[in-house]
Amino acid sequence: MNYWPLLGVMVVVIGFVLRWNPVAVVVAAGLTSGLAAGKPLPDLLALIGESFLSQRSLSLFMLTLPVIGVLEWAGLREQARRFIGGFRGLTLARLLIGYLGLRQLLSMIGLTNVAGHAQTVRPLIAPMSEAAVEKVSGALSRSQRQRVLALAAATDNVGLFFGEDVFIALGAVLLIQGFLAENGLHFEPMQIALWALPTAIAAFAIHAVRIWLFQRRLLAEPASAQETERAAR
Amino acid sequence: MLRVEYAYWLLAAFFALAAAINLRQSRRTAGAFWSVLAVLFAGGDWALAAGKAGNHLPAQIAGVGVLLLAVIAPQMKREHLAERDEAERQASAKRLGHRLFLPALLIPLVTVLVVMLKTYAPASIAWLIGDASATLIGLTLACVLAGFAAIAVTRCPAATPAIEGRRLLDTLGWAALLPQLLAGLGGVFAATGVGDEVASLISQVIPTDSRLACVLAYGLGMVIFTMIMGNAFAAFPIMTAGIGLPLLVHQHGAHAAVLGAIGMLTGYCGTLLTPMAANFNIVPAALLELDDPNGVIRAQIPTALSLLLVNLFLMYWLAFR
Repeated sequence: MNYWPLLGVMVVVIGFVLRWNPVAVVVAAGLTSGLAAGKPLPDLLALIGESFLSQRSLSLFMLTLPVIGVLEWAGLREQARRFIGGFRGLTLARLLIGYLGLRQLLSMIGLTNVAGHAQTVRPLIAPMSEAAVEKVSGALSRSQRQRVLALAAATDNVGLFFGEDVFIALGAVLLIQGFLAENGLHFEPMQIALWALPTAIAAFAIHAVRIWLFQRRLLAEPASAQETERAAR
Repeated sequence: MLRVEYAYWLLAAFFALAAAINLRQSRRTAGAFWSVLAVLFAGGDWALAAGKAGNHLPAQIAGVGVLLLAVIAPQMKREHLAERDEAERQASAKRLGHRLFLPALLIPLVTVLVVMLKTYAPASIAWLIGDASATLIGLTLACVLAGFAAIAVTRCPAATPAIEGRRLLDTLGWAALLPQLLAGLGGVFAATGVGDEVASLISQVIPTDSRLACVLAYGLGMVIFTMIMGNAFAAFPIMTAGIGLPLLVHQHGAHAAVLGAIGMLTGYCGTLLTPMAANFNIVPAALLELDDPNGVIRAQIPTALSLLLVNLFLMYWLAFR
């Protein structure tokens, strides 16, 4: 077996560790693997071009940007903040844990595209999270604000990943079933999806506890630091 | 009948507009980046079709285009672009109220409607989408409809969608393109046999007669390989064919359905940890304008590691009952 194409993997790892520009790292890795596999340059260029073009569907999310842009121009984020500000009992933890549960349940019935970073996190969940904290703590410092936003995005990911695997008619389960069937092991999709349930429950519990701890720590941080940074802004 | 290509042409037009606005403001690197991308998206189908017909020149030119993107990207600066005045946005929010949520909610609702129709009543929608992917057509239709709804609700000038869309596009910068590039790299890795080489290496170094060692090798292999490929779906067939089936199922008698389900979820823990899963980890960091591109990953590390432990335990416990 020719192990040289593994150099491409090395390029990826080193590039990300040294924080080179990811676009350059990825393309360099492809070039490295191809050359190490002994592909002539014209074939390799065609392979890179075709591999890139056949994955265009992953860039389709950018079609949401003009819509979200117009709505932001018209005050969507401000409206999301005012909306959350109106609920007295809604804390950051309740908002994000509720979103986590909802995202998992929706993914479990196959509605994975209902939410996402471009569709819901940036325009809705992120400003709502900020508003939910600021209601209690006053204005957030820059670094506190960034941690809140990062947690909101993380919550979307956890909800999506550990919900969709329980749904029988979706990518993951069908991929597992198809792969096992190819190898002579036949199962109904339901038999596979069932075993994803314990992890789904554990994911909800672990992340919900983390959200709650995050809020407690955030609110315990000294207010004076917040005030000075607010003045600096 | 709608074809997915229309969506790519629409994107090409969006990139071209963004390039034009950048070039007019003398932001040359961003202008060049989006110009190359506009050409790649406009001519993509033609290049793929020509490749199938045996003419590889267009695909080679596309390959050169991708190299060009890699040269331009490191010189792009990500900066916060000027936005409409906050007071004006507040006033507009007060005036429009909850009507602002409507177009935003239209995107998921229309997408899901199209997907549901295609799944449960395919005949009702065949005239519109034919054999094309319902998710992709649905998302595109949803964006177009939501776009018109947003213009109707906000009564914005006709140029606003392009100007504001470009503002968000440049906020994302090169990160917007990473998901597609990484998936493309997956294709290149598959074509050069990288997956089989990794599985063969791992199965050479573990003590195969220990059940625990095999579970650990399979679980951690899924995590590490997912982190490298940025995708658990790419890691699953390789790790399961290399370790899961021969060692755990055939040698140690593990339950294959349990192993498959939990193995995949163990891979997902890796997805939470890697910048290679750009659409989940790097794109949102850019969308939320975080200073640290790995900020979202950092927020996920404790959840991912705890879940990894839970998964390894569940696999060891449930697969060998």
